[in-house]
Amino acid sequence: MIELLSGTLFKISLLIFTVGLIYRLVQYVRGLDWRLERVAYAYAGQSGVLGALWSIFKWLVPFGTYGWRKQGFAAIAFFLFHIGVVLCPLFLAGHTVFMEDALGISFPALPVAAGDVFAILGFGGGILLLLRRIALPQVRFLTDRKDIAILALCLITLATGLIARFDLFAYDFMLGLHMLSGEAILVLAPFTKLSHMALFFASRAQLGIDYAVKRGGASRGPAFPW
Amino acid sequence: MPEGILCNRKPINTEEDLKRLLADKGGKQYYEEMKNLDVDVRALQDTLEKTCKSRTRTWLEICAHCSLCADSCYLYQANNRDPKQIPSYKIQSTLGELIKRNGRVDTEFMMHCMDVAWSQCTCCNRCGNYCPHGIDVGVMMSYLRGVLYSQGFCPWEMKIGAGMHRVYGAQMDVTTEDWVETCEWMAEEGQEQIPSLEIPIDKEDCDIMYVLNAREPKIYPDDVQAAAMLFHIAGESWTVPSEGWENTSLAMFAGDWEACKMNVQRMYDAIERLRPKCVVETECGHAHRASAVEGPYWAGREDGKAPVPYMHYVEWLANAIRDGKIKIDPNKKIKEPCTLQDSCNYIRNHGLEKHTRYIMSQIAEDFREMDEHGAHNYCCGGGGGFNGIGKYREERDKGLFMKLQQIRATGATLVISPCHNCWDAIRDTMEVYEVHDIKWSFLKPLILDMCIIPDHLKPQEEEEE
Repeated sequence: MIELLSGTLFKISLLIFTVGLIYRLVQYVRGLDWRLERVAYAYAGQSGVLGALWSIFKWLVPFGTYGWRKQGFAAIAFFLFHIGVVLCPLFLAGHTVFMEDALGISFPALPVAAGDVFAILGFGGGILLLLRRIALPQVRFLTDRKDIAILALCLITLATGLIARFDLFAYDFMLGLHMLSGEAILVLAPFTKLSHMALFFASRAQLGIDYAVKRGGASRGPAFPW
Repeated sequence: MPEGILCNRKPINTEEDLKRLLADKGGKQYYEEMKNLDVDVRALQDTLEKTCKSRTRTWLEICAHCSLCADSCYLYQANNRDPKQIPSYKIQSTLGELIKRNGRVDTEFMMHCMDVAWSQCTCCNRCGNYCPHGIDVGVMMSYLRGVLYSQGFCPWEMKIGAGMHRVYGAQMDVTTEDWVETCEWMAEEGQEQIPSLEIPIDKEDCDIMYVLNAREPKIYPDDVQAAAMLFHIAGESWTVPSEGWENTSLAMFAGDWEACKMNVQRMYDAIERLRPKCVVETECGHAHRASAVEGPYWAGREDGKAPVPYMHYVEWLANAIRDGKIKIDPNKKIKEPCTLQDSCNYIRNHGLEKHTRYIMSQIAEDFREMDEHGAHNYCCGGGGGFNGIGKYREERDKGLFMKLQQIRATGATLVISPCHNCWDAIRDTMEVYEVHDIKWSFLKPLILDMCIIPDHLKPQEEEEE
């Protein structure tokens, strides 16, 4: 079973993930229309590029925007979780060895202790996000089953990974479940809200360009005070 | 597929239709008819397919339901944090549903969408600054208004407003004759103070072509005079067009994109005719957005730029003060604590904050910023057409409270607002909440009171023997 999960199924999942997300990005860009959005993409130039990069960068910096600073608790939970779920899959020592074996691609590995810390903090961040969804009325009101399911899937992946890593119990089962849930994330990514892994960048870039070339860039410069 | 006599999918294109709609006081019959207005599902599906593309669909899809937009919305705050006022919910439950059901919706649903689109969002775009995914609900709400308008689900006043632009080329029934006469009258009257004052109409090759809000000639002609005096004092070479002088766009509030285009085109035609170097616009926020920010796109200009640069009044004024064309008498600066209400349309959506800040630094001794200002300011409470819709007066009044609290927190006794909608909203705020110790003003009358009029422009005393 582990062999199947770490071999063929992993490769198929990764293929769906990669092709799917690239397709989503291509479709996003192809669907942009200067007349409908009223944004002069063709004339965006350097200002547009700077606006797009600024719009992405500012939101990737913890407490980098006014919005993040206004929502301190949410920001901490978001960043703990996202740092964990971005760094761990790619750079965890165990994962880099695995990917080299399976795909022949080698990523630089995080020191083992650092990987452990990111995974634990990521799990903690995810729990905070879950609590936030349940505890705050304005978030609970918007939350649907899919939101919970996707977050739960990520938490299961993190938890099983940690249990297997520290060999707490049922090693083989946990490892199998870890691989299965991880692959589920890969497969679901292009078709669910998980697509924000790629579309976050597209959407932020678009709004950055909008502000830089149309909504005030000429007067305030390409950097909107996010 | 029944349509009403007054409430239907056809825009108002004739004076006769406009008068008939106006005669239906408060839109009583109009809203009654709306209850029986069928949804043209096929046309709706066609509209969605042709105009709802990847940006909007992605925005709706990747919304993480995180609710970080909630607190950014003044209406959410003003309505005791009612979750139904969360920007994400407002758009997901309307446009989101419309797309999910691919236009297979009924009249009741469309009327609900109308209520949300015009009474729960002023398209101030503030929430877009607080969404990590960069989802701008204001932009989508404006799009939704267009979809609703095309199906005839639009507040009575908005239908009239768009019709005014179509019939008169202005948001009110001000004809070319009315406008030209007002200019002549105001120039003549102003000559008592400045004998050489004139309002040049259709003068070619000037530096400035001035465009304004129809309310000014119709209700506040003094404002036209004040603008003329300040241009005259500044020694500007300027003119007003006899046609294409109106830069506001109730059509934008209504979502009538065709009328938006007609309005902008009239101005751009005047530019072509008179060849000014730039256009200066009156103190109006949405007018600036409609003619300088969105307008070029409606007119089909691919580079997104107007034929010549457009300047909102605050930009011209800041430059005029900076260049010494308008000199402020230091003794006449505003002494009382004052604050500033910038329009979302020129601040967040066009980056003019440095100009208004400069003006305030030159004219006020005790200027106090509101807690959220500049690109992050709150809507005055009356934007996006909210001020003008009788059906939603109660909702509007409730929202005004936010701005009142903000103003009060500054301790200011004067609110300066270079925008007609903000000005109206603040006036109504003071009336609704019975506040008697806070005044409000446009910039022009204040500047006219405190600027130094050069001696050669003053009336010469007749020498008597």
